[in-house]
Amino acid sequence: MTMQSTMQSILVDRPEIVRDVSRSTVIADVEKPLSAWERLYRVPLLRKGLILLVLAVIWEVYGRWLDNPLLFPPFSAMLQAFTTDLGNGIIPARTLVSLQTLVIGYAMGILLAALLTTVAIGSQIGTDLLETMTSMLNPLPAIALLPLALIWFGLGSGSVIFVLVHSVLWAIALNTHAGFRSVSNTLRMVGRNYGLNGLGLVRHILIPAAFPSILTGLKVGWAFAWRTLIAAELVFGVSSGSGGLGWYIFENRNQLETANVFAGLFTVILIGLIVENGVFATIERRTIRRWGMQH
Amino acid sequence: MNRTSPTVRSTIAGAPVDPVAAAVPASPLLEVSGVTLQYKTTDHLVTATYRVDFQVFKSDRYVLLGPSGCGKSTLLKAIGGYLEPVEGAIRLNGHEVTRPGPDRMMVFQEFDQLLPWKSVRENVLFALTTSGRAKGAEAAERTDHYINKVGLAKFAHSFPHTLSGGMKQRVAIARGMAMEPDVLLMDEPYAALDALTRRRMQDELLRLWDDTKFTVLFVTHSIEEAIRVGTRILLLSPHPGQVKAELNSIPPEQLGTAAQAELEARINDMLFVH
Repeated sequence: MTMQSTMQSILVDRPEIVRDVSRSTVIADVEKPLSAWERLYRVPLLRKGLILLVLAVIWEVYGRWLDNPLLFPPFSAMLQAFTTDLGNGIIPARTLVSLQTLVIGYAMGILLAALLTTVAIGSQIGTDLLETMTSMLNPLPAIALLPLALIWFGLGSGSVIFVLVHSVLWAIALNTHAGFRSVSNTLRMVGRNYGLNGLGLVRHILIPAAFPSILTGLKVGWAFAWRTLIAAELVFGVSSGSGGLGWYIFENRNQLETANVFAGLFTVILIGLIVENGVFATIERRTIRRWGMQH
Repeated sequence: MNRTSPTVRSTIAGAPVDPVAAAVPASPLLEVSGVTLQYKTTDHLVTATYRVDFQVFKSDRYVLLGPSGCGKSTLLKAIGGYLEPVEGAIRLNGHEVTRPGPDRMMVFQEFDQLLPWKSVRENVLFALTTSGRAKGAEAAERTDHYINKVGLAKFAHSFPHTLSGGMKQRVAIARGMAMEPDVLLMDEPYAALDALTRRRMQDELLRLWDDTKFTVLFVTHSIEEAIRVGTRILLLSPHPGQVKAELNSIPPEQLGTAAQAELEARINDMLFVH
């Protein structure tokens, strides 16, 4: 009796509420289109373009203020040098030479990385092999191997491809292996439940499940490959009569054509942007974003 | 149903007649005899179950029930072929289980058991074609049939990450059933769902069973779920898991009556008292 009276003193006594939620009372705009500005802002290409534009303006202003085309030509001078050499076919030819070597080295790197990680996933000793090799060779700058490569493969593209493979292989192998290891045990068990094992399990379960990591490895590998290639061409110069972009940069520096040096660097940056925002972004959108593995 | 006891069967086993082929309805579908399971952690050898015996017959809804640490999930994994018993044997249709295979489809507790890079339909279809259970038009037909059955026809082309937990589990069940395995192994499939969804999924499982009378082995730690889902319940004691009892559940029409409360109390006493 006393208990009930104390409860009543604490709790506020009020009637129950039951409402009739009808359709007519729902507010008018459950869905409302975004404003034009908001929609434009949501396009990543436009946002990134804006950043590039601002950077170009800063470059131009600083270049003009410095007024020393030998040290730092303004953006417009670089653009002029770029369009001239683009028009007369020098930059396209040099780019083609560089890209050819790059693609061969990159493809070989991917192939070897795939082989190595497949071996690594199959057995403990394979894992140890990959881990030891990666920790040994990954920190080794590819360019440091170039003198050796020149002795082994001579003054051809063989040497450059060798250092390219070295720069690509470990980054991709490391990421792919980390990706394989992070695949949930449940997914592996599901795959084995279907009767998959060995290569079938790698192909149908591990590779797609580890795809976010693999893609990161491919991106890092691509960037490493570019860096190594340009550096190798700078050190190593021309091979069999036709040099690449690195050689183009080196050549123009010797002639103190600084605007052309910048045009060469600009080409490297441009290709990087295209590959990153064109190729890799498309792959990302069609795979891991679509699958909800990345947001 | 005429259930021949194992001792009788072992006497005919010496005769030239193949006991499996001869007595299909009477012989158990799945026979677990004297199974001891051990696994290693970084510094211990853990015995998960000790000499567990039980038999599952066709169309049983067989429940493995016990508190955590009784090795029921480990036992199910061993039946799935993921773990080899250190003692005893697991036989499916008279053949010893040695590795995972599509004749024993698992439904896991985890929501990430669907392949995220495949749509609902592709998930089921891929299971059928990869395992070789069905091909071409038959596989497609079976896929659509079972996706329909779990009520996900509208979501057939959705990717798993867009589905709710309950829907993901439904896809996993559709996938398991589409494979038409000898036995469906369910490892606490509803444990990660909210109470309302769990109840709905249990009823749905019973409805699906009414349709095709598939054999299911169901692991749970919930006494209520065991009674609701199972026809027969194996009680396991913890550390290591040993068979404490094998009970018959109550028919669905007695759910919610005193019979259910009585059985619940009885199981509770067996598992948690003394």
